[in-house]
Amino acid sequence: MPIAINTPLSDKVVAKLKAGDRVLLSGTIYTARDAAHARFGDRPPFDLKGAVIFYASPTPTPPGRVIGSLGPTTSSRMDAFTPPLLAKGLTGMIGKGRRSKTVVAAIKQHKAVYFVVPGGIAALLSQHVKKAEVLAYPELGAEAVHELMVENLPVIVAIDSKGNDLFEKTAG
Amino acid sequence: MRELTTSQITAAVQALCLEANTCLGEDVKAALSEALKYETSPDARELLRQISQNAEVARHEKLPLCQDTGTAVVFVEFGQEVHLTGGTLAEAVNEGVRQGYQAGLLRKSIAADPLKRGNTGDNTPAIVHLELVPGDQVKIGLLCKGGGAENKSAVRMFTPTTPVKEIEDFVLETIKQAGPDACPPLIVGIGIGGNFDSVTLLAKKALLRTVGQHHSAADIAEMEKSLFDQANKLGIGPMGLGGRTTVLAVNIERRPCHISSLPVAVNIECHAHRYKHTVI
Repeated sequence: MPIAINTPLSDKVVAKLKAGDRVLLSGTIYTARDAAHARFGDRPPFDLKGAVIFYASPTPTPPGRVIGSLGPTTSSRMDAFTPPLLAKGLTGMIGKGRRSKTVVAAIKQHKAVYFVVPGGIAALLSQHVKKAEVLAYPELGAEAVHELMVENLPVIVAIDSKGNDLFEKTAG
Repeated sequence: MRELTTSQITAAVQALCLEANTCLGEDVKAALSEALKYETSPDARELLRQISQNAEVARHEKLPLCQDTGTAVVFVEFGQEVHLTGGTLAEAVNEGVRQGYQAGLLRKSIAADPLKRGNTGDNTPAIVHLELVPGDQVKIGLLCKGGGAENKSAVRMFTPTTPVKEIEDFVLETIKQAGPDACPPLIVGIGIGGNFDSVTLLAKKALLRTVGQHHSAADIAEMEKSLFDQANKLGIGPMGLGGRTTVLAVNIERRPCHISSLPVAVNIECHAHRYKHTVI
């Protein structure tokens, strides 16, 4: 049975999550990818404590819908930016693929969690988004930071707060 | 001479943008069903089913299969007996991409400058590969190529006496490196021969072949089957979380090369393989 959790993520909830767990995530999350991370510096446009970043940028929203298609981009491109954000309170990340050893260590040190969602099923995943708006950097177009309200977004714990890494077995 | 106007090219490209991004090919769907026959990992089976489910939602709701609607890579086989009026072919193709990505509400994913970044705002310029062919028809193929999988592609200049095993190891190593990042199960396009520039185009063209079809030459078909089996023993699986289904297809194209060379290129494609073509 998947574990239902809400954002902002509490230390207690994060401590219980184990690599391999199926999770249904609800609440506010933020999209950010390469260009947004490059702009963050040490001041992202949202409160980092308990926050979850989704490495994603949606397609344009069709009339009558909440959002276009939405799915993960490759997380490792954000590796260099991640440890300082974790040090400042970032608690969860959602993306696809492996993270560097440095990021795994930082996740363990700051008791955070890294989730994965399948890539290439973005029409399906978009059905879990109930509200969406551009929060910052509208000039980045697709890469702007969006604030999303998600309901039961199905994610998998890939790296837990103890540093267990689901991808260790298939390391390239 | 048959006359065609640039607006006919533009309209065809526009229609292909929408179709490619919202309708998963029957060949990929068949390969997913085939994979389900052999896949034993429950998680992998679940994801294979989700991919098929996503294709249904995308087609029904006219939503993009993937949020990364890709670089528009356009293959034009232009009949020598066609006279194009009203402008240039490149303008006509780019206008089709511009209109298609706008009307289809597809994501604009082209950075205006590779170093300074920014965004061109309309997903142009397309990458256009033009070939003159006999006849009075124009065939246009559109591959919407996602960035995550493209990033994991590789090219290597081998020497002529390299054993085939070493080439196969290079392909498998490239698939391993791509791993979970490139959205497996993958479609793998391989070019062998030519030179530094032509081998990568050959690898890309290998992706255009109908999934499930092998090369007409027996030796290359054998190599495709061998690499397919070996790749599916790597254990990467859908999403990289384990399983038998790491690749849906391995397609190889080859051409002659210099006596000193043996170039090999591996173009990685995700399961959301968006290729459509039309003939005018």
